[in-house]
Amino acid sequence: MAESAKDAILVRIRTALSGTSDARADAPAEAAAAAMPRAYRQQDARNQTEIVAELIDRLRDYKAHVDHVEPAALAEAIAHACAAYGIRRLVVPADVPAEWLPAGVEALRDDPPLTNAQLDESDGVLTGCAFAIAQTGTIMLDGGAQQGRRALSLVPDRHLCVVRADQVVGIVPEGISRLAAHPTRPITFISGPSATSDIELSRVEGVHGPRTLHVLLVVEG
Amino acid sequence: MATRETGGIRPLPAFPDTARVALANTQLRRNLGKATTTIRAKRANVVSELPDWEELREAGAAIKADVMRHLDRYLLQLEESVTRAGGHVHWARDAAEANAIITRLVRATGAERVVKVKSLTTDEIGLNEALRRVGIVAVETDLAELIIQLAGEKSSHILVPAIHKNRSEIRDLFRRTIAQGQELSDEPQQLTAAARRYLREQFLSAQVAISGANFGVAETGTVAVVESEGNGRMCLTLPRTLITVMGIEKIIPTFRDFEVFLQLLPRSSTGERMNPYTSLWTGVSPGDGPQAFHLVLLDNGRTQVLADEVGRQTLHCIRCSACLNICPVYARTGGHAYSSVYPGPIGAILTPQLLGLERAKTLPYASSLCGACYEVCPVKINIPAVLLHLRGEVTQRAGPLDPEGVVMRQLATIFASPKRYERAQRLGRRGQRLFVRDGTISRLPGMLAGWTRARDLGPIPQQTFREWWRQREPQGSQGPKGGA
Repeated sequence: MAESAKDAILVRIRTALSGTSDARADAPAEAAAAAMPRAYRQQDARNQTEIVAELIDRLRDYKAHVDHVEPAALAEAIAHACAAYGIRRLVVPADVPAEWLPAGVEALRDDPPLTNAQLDESDGVLTGCAFAIAQTGTIMLDGGAQQGRRALSLVPDRHLCVVRADQVVGIVPEGISRLAAHPTRPITFISGPSATSDIELSRVEGVHGPRTLHVLLVVEG
Repeated sequence: MATRETGGIRPLPAFPDTARVALANTQLRRNLGKATTTIRAKRANVVSELPDWEELREAGAAIKADVMRHLDRYLLQLEESVTRAGGHVHWARDAAEANAIITRLVRATGAERVVKVKSLTTDEIGLNEALRRVGIVAVETDLAELIIQLAGEKSSHILVPAIHKNRSEIRDLFRRTIAQGQELSDEPQQLTAAARRYLREQFLSAQVAISGANFGVAETGTVAVVESEGNGRMCLTLPRTLITVMGIEKIIPTFRDFEVFLQLLPRSSTGERMNPYTSLWTGVSPGDGPQAFHLVLLDNGRTQVLADEVGRQTLHCIRCSACLNICPVYARTGGHAYSSVYPGPIGAILTPQLLGLERAKTLPYASSLCGACYEVCPVKINIPAVLLHLRGEVTQRAGPLDPEGVVMRQLATIFASPKRYERAQRLGRRGQRLFVRDGTISRLPGMLAGWTRARDLGPIPQQTFREWWRQREPQGSQGPKGGA
């Protein structure tokens, strides 16, 4: 049997590396990883109030809408947002709490799974999130609690997203380390609505993802 | 998008010739000037926000250097991780092998149409043409890629490939193709909406998607695509089958390394703190997204680059395009002049190494060596050093009878002795009279013409400093000692 492509490529790599002066210390990968220079910031020194304030600022910078609400007022804020956007059919993941759902709005629960056509014909989607990064205004979804599968937060045209203050971290390394608890889940980072600058560099918001991102930021007290 | 580099061993057109064509295109120059200036300013702004930018660059460079030195091991680890997560891994030595694998995979699904996420790697291997030859239509879903695909043109910038086209051209193009019979103004908002309508149907009905990869994590098997429009998410989520083509250099060792690269890439590329959408997936997730995942690992010349210790750092590239936007040469010629999927300073070093120097020996000279590309590179690729290294290779391979080599050796002899040098100056001063026009030499004859093809030459002055010094002390002094 002819040499496989895999074997051929591995041989090419080993030949390429063996002929050079920086001969390989065949230290285990863990040792190499431990020796990596990581002098950049790992943690945000600011307090949680400042961090949450920055997230709000960044989200608004991306032209996302942000409601700052107390836990008791969440349902009302969701109802208000649905009314403002004229949302009548609202997609929700299977595990979104019933008390989030406003009266008078038809909840399309993803259980059994909705078809792509049903998602496309809905008016919006309501999800929670895994974490959020203040520094970059990023919402991270990993398919965990109240988030559902990826298509739910993608196909509908409006995304209402509930973020609790305790889910907000300061900088990117903190966000990645939180996600690292379940790295193999399907993960989506959302930093503002989809955008393109492909035509004469004019920024147009809302290309394929939801054209509206509305964040309900739940802060105690 | 059409590609130029598959098959064949013909040399690429010489850069000075293609650059001259590009320079004559005033619309291209105007659009490029605006794009590069705007993105450059945005980048500088968001980079200055991070007090630890240099530390992030250090980490990025170190991680990539480690990947290259242990590439075989990381590839095997990646294969194992992806397979464990329910994906299939394929290995391709070159473009033809990769295209054959992908064609076979698409055919096995029975699909005659695939949706594509913007990917330089699939452009490099000429995948769209390969699929078309067997009757499979590949629909580009990135707005700019769609525009140039509909127009049958080529990309002029890695990040904003259709930057050479104006809005009215795009409106006319859409009216002829995806928006026939629709009322359409030339407002970018409206044009984008037309593309959204057309592409949504494509996304909702596609059975197969093809993507590139920004990163692949050896430790977990996680693959990442960063994007802005959401076309990536659509392709990565809705179809049943996903095929991802990844150059073998795109590996990062651990999931944690995202904390470095997801800071470096968006700020360097679009000048954003974070790009709108980033997708990370690992093999197959039951009930969420494609239920068949294939990862095609592509060599196509990369192992050849690996063997060159100076050139190897070229493989660190994360395709941000910061070096394009900062480059005084690129900002004027645009991407087409580089005759490659990879333009700009990074293309000037990557293309000759991937294709072989004989096929692209003018590219290492497509630079003024100002060094700005090195300063902005998020993974600290010393592009000027690699350019000089490749120029050295070009000269060495040219052999001892190469005219440039002969001239340089003669010059070395002349420069070695003050007497010979002054004699040559006097000769030159007399000889140059024929060529000086308005105080400059714009055209030299014969073999010397190469020097003046792209620049003016200052003539030898009527009096040199040394002559002036001697004249100033007419008592016959020899002038200061050691003043050679």
